[in-house]
Amino acid sequence: MINAVGLRKVYRLKDREVLALDGVDLHVRQGEIYGVVGQSGAGKSTLLRCVNLLERPTAGTVAVDGEDLTSLSGARLRAARRGIGMVHQHFALLSSRTVAANVAFPLEIAGVGRAERRRRVGELLELVGLQEKARAYPAQLSGGQKQRVGIARALASSPKVLLSDEATSALDPATTESILELLRDLNRELGLTILLITHEMDVIKRICDSAAIMEQGVFRESGKVLDLLATPGSLLARSLFPLPPADAPGVVTITYPRQFDEPLMSELTRRFDVDVNVLGGAVETVSGQSVGRLNVGIQGANRAAALAYLKDKGLLVEESTR
Amino acid sequence: MSWIHELAERWPDMWPVLWLGTLDTLYMVLWATLFTVLFGLPLGVLLVMTDRGGLTPAPAVKAVLGAIVNIGRSLPFIVLMVAVLSLTRFLTGTTLGPTAAIVPLSIGAIPFFARLVETALREVDRGVIEASHAMGARRLTIVAKVLLPEALPGLIAGLVMTIVALISYSAMAGAIGGGGLGDIAIRYGYQRFDDYYLWATVVFLVIVVQLIQSLGDVLVRRMSHR
Ligand SMILES: Nc1ncnc2c1ncn2[C@@H]1O[C@H](COP(=O)(O)OP(=O)(O)O)[C@@H](O)[C@H]1O
Ligand SMILES: [Mg+2]
Repeated sequence: MINAVGLRKVYRLKDREVLALDGVDLHVRQGEIYGVVGQSGAGKSTLLRCVNLLERPTAGTVAVDGEDLTSLSGARLRAARRGIGMVHQHFALLSSRTVAANVAFPLEIAGVGRAERRRRVGELLELVGLQEKARAYPAQLSGGQKQRVGIARALASSPKVLLSDEATSALDPATTESILELLRDLNRELGLTILLITHEMDVIKRICDSAAIMEQGVFRESGKVLDLLATPGSLLARSLFPLPPADAPGVVTITYPRQFDEPLMSELTRRFDVDVNVLGGAVETVSGQSVGRLNVGIQGANRAAALAYLKDKGLLVEESTR
Repeated sequence: MSWIHELAERWPDMWPVLWLGTLDTLYMVLWATLFTVLFGLPLGVLLVMTDRGGLTPAPAVKAVLGAIVNIGRSLPFIVLMVAVLSLTRFLTGTTLGPTAAIVPLSIGAIPFFARLVETALREVDRGVIEASHAMGARRLTIVAKVLLPEALPGLIAGLVMTIVALISYSAMAGAIGGGGLGDIAIRYGYQRFDDYYLWATVVFLVIVVQLIQSLGDVLVRRMSHR
């Protein structure tokens, strides 16, 4: 749905240049939620703004729904942008317009008639659960309600793709939860493809099917979240499950990207006569599946066989690097 | 308190003079306001649009417009009035009276208002403008439907400041025969040392300014949804 290849972006300032994107390839499948996570200054916003050409990449191409946006300009670029919704961290609502008029704005831009606008605005406000706030002004709403208006506005022109720049970063945890749920529902019910950027791992864990970890203008890692978790040395796994450092001798990190009902640890002791000592761990629901990650000390004569057994069971076993 | 008696005695003579002066002042100020908005608003919009990072960056245009505005702003009004006398005669056929005064008043207020417009437009959240681009809005649409409506409270506050400044300029215009309350203050108060006229014009000017300011404040409050 979104295919960006070789994206580079250099900001030229008076005295120096800032390399914000240094060769990023981004492939977002139709109907998935793709999260880009990284620290402030990593280039996430720049990447997102390159996707709808708010920022023109210095090099590389961007195609959305099969259309090469980098080759467009003027009226055709504006038309293409109408097919891409965008949600903003600080909502970016017009303070002079009511909620209903804010949601109607993209429809006005697209030249939709008054009656049709009114009908569509009603639908959208219902979709985000804000019918009774139609005549309120943004200043009278809570942060979560403002973001719902922002989402309704982004969906007004029935886009296939939604871009979200830190949509929940200005919200408290409970509100964040409800907005993420809303995005999840929209993704499922409308088949909406969502590209979101965030600095919160939690967002990736809760709703993303795929993810990329961004640092200094490049993707350090990208792919389906569950695949990444099953990849040795995964940064994503380490960030999603911050375990205490496993530097004691014989400690391994075990990741199991699905539910295990078998009593694996007692099995190990029985079969291989090794000492098993669970040092720390966590089980989390990721992409709708429960995923666990444990630091386990395993010692004994048959240690190697025990590890092989675990790998055989489909678990990812990583020896402590230190 | 003998001045009250004297004032009461003279009031029937003073009232028509003051009332006509007030009407002349309002006439000059309202027409000048109209021309000021007509030229100052687009000028202010252009100043913001041509800015670096504006909707249509054009540093050269911005520099020229900025310079013109600064020249207009740095001329004392009384000097400007004399400087544009020939233009005034060309446009109105005379250099005396309220109609003639409209010309320098407008010219003096346009750059003043343009800067206030510029300031008000700059206050508009950049995020909202970016969001409009993301929605596929044209630049003119952004000016008409985002920039101006979002800045409306600031624009009205700026307009009120401009009108108040015009009232004060109009009193100066009185000094060279522009008519209005300022003219009365000069002719009766200054040249004939008639304190009654002097203070009466002061009171009238204060009342007019106060009314306009209050009306403007109400409008600004009504328009502001922040
Ligand atoms: N308009 C701009 N002009 C100059 N530098 C910019 C601009 N936008 C972003 N940058 C720089 O590019 C880098 C990436 O910024 P950004 O994409 O906003 O990162 P993130 O969203 O991950 O915090 C930063 O170093 C930032 O200072
Ligand atoms: Mg950012």
